[in-house]
Amino acid sequence: MENKVIKASVPVSYVHKKAFWTNGRKEGLIGWLFLLPEIIGILLLYLFPLVFSLVLSFSEWNLVGGLQAIHFAGFDNFIKLFEDEKVILALKNNFIFTIFTVPIGMFLAIILAVIIHTKVYMSSYFKIAFFIPYISSIIAIGAVWSALFHPSLGPINQFLTGVGIENPPMWLASPKTSLISIIIITIWAGIGYQIIIYLSSLSSIPEELYEAASIDGASQLQQFFKITLPLLGPTNVFLFITLLIGSFKVFDLIAFLTQGGPNNSSTVIVFRIYEEGFQQFNMGYASAISWLLFIIVGVITLISWKLQKRFVHS
Amino acid sequence: MKNKLDISKTLFTIGMLVLSIFFLVPLIWMMSAAFKFEKDVMVFPIQWIPKDWNLVENFKAVWMGDIPFYKFYFNSIKLAAIQTLSTLIFSSMAAFAFSKLQFKGRDFVFALVLSFMIIPEQATLVPRFILIKWLGLYNTHEGLILMGLFSIYFTFLMRQYMLGISNEYIEAAKLDGAGYFKIYWSIILPLCKPILATAGIIKFIWIWNDYQGPLIFLLNKDLYPITLGLQLFKDDYADNFAVLMMASMSAVIPLVVVFIILQKQVIKGIALGGVKG
Repeated sequence: MENKVIKASVPVSYVHKKAFWTNGRKEGLIGWLFLLPEIIGILLLYLFPLVFSLVLSFSEWNLVGGLQAIHFAGFDNFIKLFEDEKVILALKNNFIFTIFTVPIGMFLAIILAVIIHTKVYMSSYFKIAFFIPYISSIIAIGAVWSALFHPSLGPINQFLTGVGIENPPMWLASPKTSLISIIIITIWAGIGYQIIIYLSSLSSIPEELYEAASIDGASQLQQFFKITLPLLGPTNVFLFITLLIGSFKVFDLIAFLTQGGPNNSSTVIVFRIYEEGFQQFNMGYASAISWLLFIIVGVITLISWKLQKRFVHS
Repeated sequence: MKNKLDISKTLFTIGMLVLSIFFLVPLIWMMSAAFKFEKDVMVFPIQWIPKDWNLVENFKAVWMGDIPFYKFYFNSIKLAAIQTLSTLIFSSMAAFAFSKLQFKGRDFVFALVLSFMIIPEQATLVPRFILIKWLGLYNTHEGLILMGLFSIYFTFLMRQYMLGISNEYIEAAKLDGAGYFKIYWSIILPLCKPILATAGIIKFIWIWNDYQGPLIFLLNKDLYPITLGLQLFKDDYADNFAVLMMASMSAVIPLVVVFIILQKQVIKGIALGGVKG
């Protein structure tokens, strides 16, 4: 009789305990444990910097003075932003950089991708050949072009002089051509990426579409405009947005080759952040410029989400 | 008809071959310059195949000079290897929770995490720089590594991949009495090998080619990775292009070789972002 009572009480208490540590709760706890490293990382390296930079953008602080040197500056930094000729120049340069690199890059890439996809043997060789500059360190690439573009000794200008051009451009060394030189290198180095993206979406277009079209007598040009281009629509949108955002983040080549010069002719937003923050140590003002960048990129991203949704639905 | 098509294909192939060689001229020029005496580098017309070879001396200047290149190599390998490995672990852990575990708030947290992707890395450079200074990690590899321990982008890609893995594997393992850690480690991770390989290669390349991070967070030349090392060569050998090209070639070659060997994985990884959009 007693035995029975004990036996009966064991499952009861077991069930009672189990009511708290249900499978669901246990799974939840484990889930959070798995997320823990990344969540700590995001709090420390994304959320805190975001809030901190907002606070900094409303203050004046030279890092050299230590924490006590920080003081509230209201909207001063943002007012200064719109009066700062270098920032306005940086925005203008960024804009020019975008206008040239994005459409030209995409235009060349789509042509090359279509040719590689349908018109050549050894297509994997061409994939590799055009992709090599992209995989190479942009800094090494920059070093090579700095030699090629050398105003007096470089092979490019020696060639130009050789064919009778008397005053060839000074490329990276002249305020007139520094930005365009950076643009040329950027297009050259980035086109492999765009070709790969186009090729991967070209390969998902069913072959039958083209067969049906050529039976109907459509020329290859017609096929390109009526089949290929429309079906590449989402890829075009994706690439356009990715390159657009990327073009506002450009920094490496400019820091390495021109330091924004000569005479600020190739300065861009991120380089301005670098100059103010890490050469002058004006942390408040550098943060205000950072927010300008964040807002530009944020607006582009939000518009692109809307655009992509529309593309998916239509 | 068929024959005709082949002729046009051949012509296109020849045309593209010429174009691709023209396209690669800067890199061919780099290699040829790295083999020459400085006095021959800028000679015009270009000697594509050097008459006098100076390979050994250039190599010595780069690899055994005042600031030997192997130090930069070692630093780059160390930085890239640690950050790649930890990204694979932390991002796959998070992806596992986001795709295979059921708990309250999971999808909300996932959306929140993704939303941080729109912040451009450069926009938070200033506060991260101050943070790293406060933590006493300025001018250390640890500071740089801390910032690259995980990646939201790869968490997203891995989650997508894991969603495609049937839950039956997990149910079966649970019936056998396996815990969640065991399920993650011995069932999910092995099934994720393709995406892990792809993500690992891409992350490694990113870190290997990173210039901005080391430029801002490192000061000491002994800690420099290859990208900053090249900067030193550019400043120190401003008028010795042969040595600079040898240094550039030394930075480029290993990645190109790795790419040619693993091209399918690399191309897949690059295209992943594109197709998903």
